[in-house]
This record gives sequence, C-alpha cells and structure tokens, in this order.
Amino acid sequence: MKTHRPALLLPLAFLAAFYVYPLAAILQTSFSGDTRGLAELCADAYYARVLAFTVFQAALSTLLTLVVALPAAYIFARYDFRGARVLRALTTLPFLMPTIVVATAFSALFGPRGSVNLALMQFLQLDQPPIQILNTLWVILLAHTFYNFTIVLRIVGGFWANLDPQVENAARVLGANRARTFLHVTLPLIAPAIVAAALLVFIFDFTSFGVVLILGGPRLATLEVEIYRQTVNLFNLPIAAALSLAQLVCTFALMYVYTRLQARLAQPLRLRPQAIVKRKPQRAREKIFVWGYLTAMLVFLMTPLVSVIAASFEDGSGYYAELFINRRGSIMFVPPMEAVRNSLFFAAITIVLAVGLGLLAAYALVSQSRAARILDPVFMLPLGTSAVTLGFGFILALGNLRASIWLVPIAHALIAFPFVVRSLLPMLRSIQPQLRQAAQILGASPARVWREIDLPIVARAVIVGAVFAFTVSMGEFGATALVARPELPTIPLAIYRFLGQPGLVNFGQALALSTILMVVSAAAIVAMERLRVGESEF
Amino acid sequence: MNKFYIVSALALIALALIGCAAAGTPTPAPTATPITMPTAGPKPTIPPPGELVVMTHDSFAASEGVIKAFETTANVKLKILKSGDAGAALNKAILAKSNPLADAFFGVDNTFLSRALNADIFEAYKPASASNLPAAFALDPDFKLTPTDYGDVCLNYDRAYFQKKTLAPPQTLDDLTKPQYKSLTVVENPATSSPGLAFLLATVGQFGKDKYLDFWKALRANDVLVTEGWEDAYYAKSSWGGKGGDRPIVVSYATSPAAEVFFSDGKLKEPPTGNVLGDGACFRQVEFVGVLKGAKNPDAARKFVDFMLSAKFQEDVPAQMFVYPVMPGTKLPAFFKFAESPKKPAVVSTADINANRDAWIKAWTDAVLR
Repeated sequence: MKTHRPALLLPLAFLAAFYVYPLAAILQTSFSGDTRGLAELCADAYYARVLAFTVFQAALSTLLTLVVALPAAYIFARYDFRGARVLRALTTLPFLMPTIVVATAFSALFGPRGSVNLALMQFLQLDQPPIQILNTLWVILLAHTFYNFTIVLRIVGGFWANLDPQVENAARVLGANRARTFLHVTLPLIAPAIVAAALLVFIFDFTSFGVVLILGGPRLATLEVEIYRQTVNLFNLPIAAALSLAQLVCTFALMYVYTRLQARLAQPLRLRPQAIVKRKPQRAREKIFVWGYLTAMLVFLMTPLVSVIAASFEDGSGYYAELFINRRGSIMFVPPMEAVRNSLFFAAITIVLAVGLGLLAAYALVSQSRAARILDPVFMLPLGTSAVTLGFGFILALGNLRASIWLVPIAHALIAFPFVVRSLLPMLRSIQPQLRQAAQILGASPARVWREIDLPIVARAVIVGAVFAFTVSMGEFGATALVARPELPTIPLAIYRFLGQPGLVNFGQALALSTILMVVSAAAIVAMERLRVGESEF
Repeated sequence: MNKFYIVSALALIALALIGCAAAGTPTPAPTATPITMPTAGPKPTIPPPGELVVMTHDSFAASEGVIKAFETTANVKLKILKSGDAGAALNKAILAKSNPLADAFFGVDNTFLSRALNADIFEAYKPASASNLPAAFALDPDFKLTPTDYGDVCLNYDRAYFQKKTLAPPQTLDDLTKPQYKSLTVVENPATSSPGLAFLLATVGQFGKDKYLDFWKALRANDVLVTEGWEDAYYAKSSWGGKGGDRPIVVSYATSPAAEVFFSDGKLKEPPTGNVLGDGACFRQVEFVGVLKGAKNPDAARKFVDFMLSAKFQEDVPAQMFVYPVMPGTKLPAFFKFAESPKKPAVVSTADINANRDAWIKAWTDAVLR
C-alpha cells in the first residue's frame, strides 16, 4: 500500500500550527543564538544523573505496570462476567485524578499517621509506622502503576479480546502446555498491543511531573521536573530549553526504535467478535483466579479513591452543599455545575479533535512506508514534550489565540492524539487485506468495504481512543494551567483552587469536587463504551 | 484509494462541526466568555465599555460587587487572565513582552521584583494616593510597580499537638534545630514554592549571608522535611491540615490560623494553629501591580492601579486573599483578629534579594537536598 498523503494533511497541519511552531519559537528565544545552555548541561554531572534517574524510574515503572496489568487485560479479554464494563470504567479513574489529591489520599493511607500505618501499629504493637514509602522511589513506582494501569488494560485488553482463541486451542491440542502456549503463541500475537501500551506508559513515566514532584519529594527529580524548575522558578530558559531538547531527542529515539519494532511485529490476524471469544469462568480454579485478581485490582486502584470519597462525606453532605455557596461573593467563585459543564465541553471538543485527527493519521500510517516510519514517531512527540516548554511556546507564537479558551481543548488534543493513534494502529494493521479484496471482488464499493470490513473493527478502537481522549481532557491540569486563560475553570482547576487555601472546608470541598469528577467521568465512560457501531460486537 | 478521502471528509465535517459549536452554542459561562460577539444594529449613545485585561496568578480573588463597581466607574469590562502560580505568571508576562497578553499585571512580589523590573515590562505610573503608602512598601521608587498588599510567611504550629506533649511551641528559628523539635518541621522548597523562598529569605535575614547555611545544615540534621509546594506541606504532611501527616510545624502564612477559623463552617471558635512570631522568624511578602508596556488600554490599566489602592478594594483584600492591605487605616474583617502579625519580620533588602536570590537557592539546594 502506498502512503495516503491527503489523509495526512490535517494532522500534520494541526501539529505544525500547535506543536512545531510554538516549540520552535520557544527554543529559538531560549537559545537566542548561544549554546551556553547546552554547554552547561554537558558540564554538570547533575543533569546526567537526572537523566539516568528519569530513564531508570520510567523503565521500572513501566515494567511494574505491565506485570500488574497484563493479567487483568487477559481477564477482561477472555472472560465474560457481570459488571465488566463498570469495572473497566473504574480502572480509568486514577488516570484522571489530580496528583495533589492522590498525594493527600496516599498520605491519608500511608502517611506516618495514615490509616494503614495506624492499623498496623495497633495490630503489630509497633511504636513506629511500619510503612514509610512517601518521598521514596517506591511511591513513584506505586503511583505510576496506579495511574497507568488503565492504559495497559485498555490497549492490550482491547486487542486481545478479538484474538481468535482457536490458535491457542490448537497449540494446546498439539501438546503445548499453558506456559508454552502463552510464550510461543499468544505473546507474539498480542505483542504489538503490549509494545504500544508499554511505549505510552513509558513516555508518561518518562515525562512524569506531578507524581515525581509531589509524591517523590524534592530530592528526586526527572527531566520534566528539572525543566519546570528552570523555567518557572529560575527563569533560566537556555538550560530549560537544552533539557527540553534532550527529553525530546530521547523520546524520538525511543519512538523510532519502537516504530521499527512494531512494523516487524504486526501481522494480519483473524479477529473474532468478542461474543465468540469470551466465556464465563467455570472451573473453580478459573473462578478463583478471575475474582481473586479482580478483587486485588480493585483494592489497589480504588482504596485511595475510596478514601477521598469517604473523607468528602465526613461532614455529611456539608462540603457538597458548601460548593454551591459563594460565601465571600468572590468573582472567582465557580459553581460546581459550571465546572462540570466546562470540563465536559472541553472533553467533547478534545474527543472530536483527537479522534478525527487520530483516525486520519492512523490510516496514513498503516502502510509502513518510509514516510510512515518517520511520521509515526513524530506524531508521538507531543506526549514526550515538556508541557511547560510548550506552554511558554504558545505565549510566544500563537498571537491572539493565546488567551482564547480554544487553546485548552487544543492542548488536550495534542496529548490525546497520540493515544488515539496508538489505540488504532494495532487494530488497523491486523485487518487482513484479503478480507477487503474479497469484498471488492464481490462488488462492494470502497465505501461499503470500509463500512463492512473496517468499521466494525475500527469502531472498537475508536471507542478506546475516545475514552482516552476524554480521560486526558477531564483530568488534565498541567496544560490547562499553563495556558493563560480567561475564567472558564475546569474541575481540576477548581480543585486546585480550593487546595490553595488553608482550612478544613476548603480541603473538604476539594475532595467533594474530586468525587464529583470521578462520578461524572465514570458515568460518561460507561456511556461511551455502550456505543456500538456495526452489527457484530467487536 | 477512496476510503481515505471518505475518512478525510468525515474528519473535515467533524472539524466543521466544532466550528459550528464554537459559533452557535452558548459557551458554558456566558458571563466569563472572552469571545465578544460582533454587535450589529444601531449604535448605542454611550460609548461602549472598553476591555481591560489583567494578567495575574492563580490566587487572585476579589468580591463581585467591588469589581462591578470598578467596571461601572471606569466604563470597562474587566477580563482576568489567570496564568499559573506567581512565578509562572510573571515569566509569561515577560515572554509576551513584545506582544503583551494584558494591560495590567498583578502579583509580582518583592522576591521577584528584580526579575520584573530588569525585564522592563512595566510602565511607570504613580497613583495620586501613593503618597499615603508607608515607605517600607514603596520598594520601587520609579513606581513601575505599585504595592497593593502584604502578608507574612511564618511557621504555623499545631496547638493541640504541643498541648498534648506538654511541650512549649518553638519561639524562634533557632528553636527548630533543638532536639525536642526533631522531625517536627516541614518547609517548602524555595526553588519551587513562593512561601518556601520567603522562608529561605527569613533565614538569610535572621542569620546573615554567611551563616544561614549553617542553620539549614543543622535543620537538616534535625530531620526537616522538604516538600515541593505549600499544598502538599499543608494538606499531606501537617498534623492538622489533611489526614495522615504527623508534622506539627509547617511553613505557611501568618493569616493561615485565621483562615482555619473562617473556613471551618462555624465549627472552630479558636484557630487550631498558632504562629512562631519570634524576631526574624517571618518574612514579609509585598505584592505589586503595574501597567504593562504596550498595553492596548493603558488608561484603564492606570485606573485599575488607582482602584487597587482605593478603600473599596483595600478593604476587600483580607477576606479574599488572606493578606493585609497596604493602605494605613484600612478596616479589617472581624476574623482577622486571629491573624497575628510578627513584630519584627526578617529584613533582606530588595537589592540584596536581586543580587543573590538565585545563588541562595542554589546553595540551599546543595546544602539541604543533595
């Protein structure tokens, strides 16, 4: 297949206008002809250590996330059980929680006087809190796994769910044991999805900001954290730009390797509707595995969230009632429903933008031509770019659009777009060309071929992508805060506003709004996943 | 291949739909929407209000009534551009110098005064009432920046904790390094936090440029906990703010105890916390407003500076932003009786801060974090 250039034009134009141009502007201003920043960077061993730590923690976090989330992906892909949809929506919730809220929740659980530590101290008769993970590498790993679990579950699970189990069954019949079948049959087949998910998770961990900054504490720094410090606090733009560039080069190199790898891994597959693939857990061992793992997963992902919800009701419904009262007559007061509406509004635009552009890009990239090999990593770059650098680039480059509310969904779409591409590509590449050819030979018009062959498969991936776009937009704080914006506050912004002032009622209201964020998002995600396109349930 | 055109067309339609949504749907907050619809029809007899854009940090707040009154008198529509924390907002204003985002900027404080003045983004404007300002606040003699409010960064302590332990709360900075206060203190990183920087400056003022690092080394030896920002220190690490934290001494603001009472829904009659008010234990932050060079509406921007010094706005400041008005004799709200004021905050001259801020932060980072 040749590269489909027309389809590429829109995503490329979007990236050029809202990514390349602002980034070039800030880098140019930062360096402004001198390379002191780069020289300083190379001279100070500190930055090499920061880079090493950034890679180390990201690799470890990604590995841990994969190990923990892959069994869950398998369960969701292969078993039919009650409440699967709601459970999967719940796994998304950590992804959209503001870091500072998660930090207070972790503190409430694992802090020196957190409930887990107090219970253990009482139970084991200790006088020191046994769990001391805050401000260590452990809490970073834990938090990254907590946040990114859903990426692996959705991307791998979504792919796995349509894989024909006959192939595995054949291997078993031919005498391969369970482990051998997995290693030699299943794993190679789902590898494209695993690699895609791992890449996304790695990039998220690699550019991690809030988790490292707040939970990791000031002794641990990633490149992104260092860029933020240099940009915002020291206003040392040459160094910040040099670091951003280093981060970008690493990301690009990683993506390039990945793209080559994925091109080798991808193969047309016989995809099957999920209804045929899935079955109920029957034997006792299966039931124990399925329900045991799901319970463990829920405990891991939900405990911090439940502690937020519980604390939000500590005053009965008092904190919720307080949300609706503008006690000080402030112009900065945000009625909660307005924040919800703003968030949903931005999320809807983000979905349309990211899915529209993502579909075009994914179709153009399916071909794996030379152009696609370069463009694929390019499309991923926004995810690996420092938000603060890009935000400052917007200020320089975007003229009157700088103070526009449209910049918010545009910034969100930049982050969501790579997710959509990654969700779509493994699915698109797995469509057997013979199917399309057969349909054509049988007289189907190109539109009909697309509707009958591509759409049912694509639709599922689109929903996965749309859910990601929604989640990114609902939970995004960094870019929203970095854009100089008029008053159209989203839920996360309103949460941060409450947490910016002392007092129990502020804390309570922040948690109440966090709870509202979870409920609204979970409902929206369940609703989105109910959408079905085409006849068969892919 | 046709399907790609189909997909392209679909995407174009989708994009067009967004465009329609942008033009047609009522955007979520009509009162706050910056998009001004072109008004057709007969021209109004009074001149249409101009637009005044004020760029500021995330903590800015004011009463609706006070802002409305200003909008009416000055015949402008005020648009507030919140642009991140104090440091981020100022840096954005500096980056946008050649094509400013706003007419006025509020929220430069005395720790970043030099950065703002050196970048030369403000136009000199001395409001008529500036002659009433106490000399201590008028830190810019050229009045490119006009002081509007001030607040003290102090250590808060948990009253209940010290009562229960029958331990006297610390009085001075030196106390923090004593064994009885080991593992009790939380400070914010001065490289990332505005109160953190203010507290670092307090130690410089109290111990001097040569000795302040000795204090920090002793504090480190006494197991001080450093957080990146105020939110984490106050809500995740303190023994009173959120849950799970166990540290009873936290760098915060002198007004925080009063805010605790104010934001307790009437449950607290007394603040749960107190301030460490010994000589030189606190640092006074002064905030400034200025007219941006290249402002589209400089007249209105100057009126805004006047307005911020007017009694109406000055009286509004305490309950909205938990800081003190700069104008002497301004009436304070009742709950501010819980807000204590240090008699002798630490003093570091603006010139000194200008010259050494980044070096002090770097030295601090090396001494405390690495």
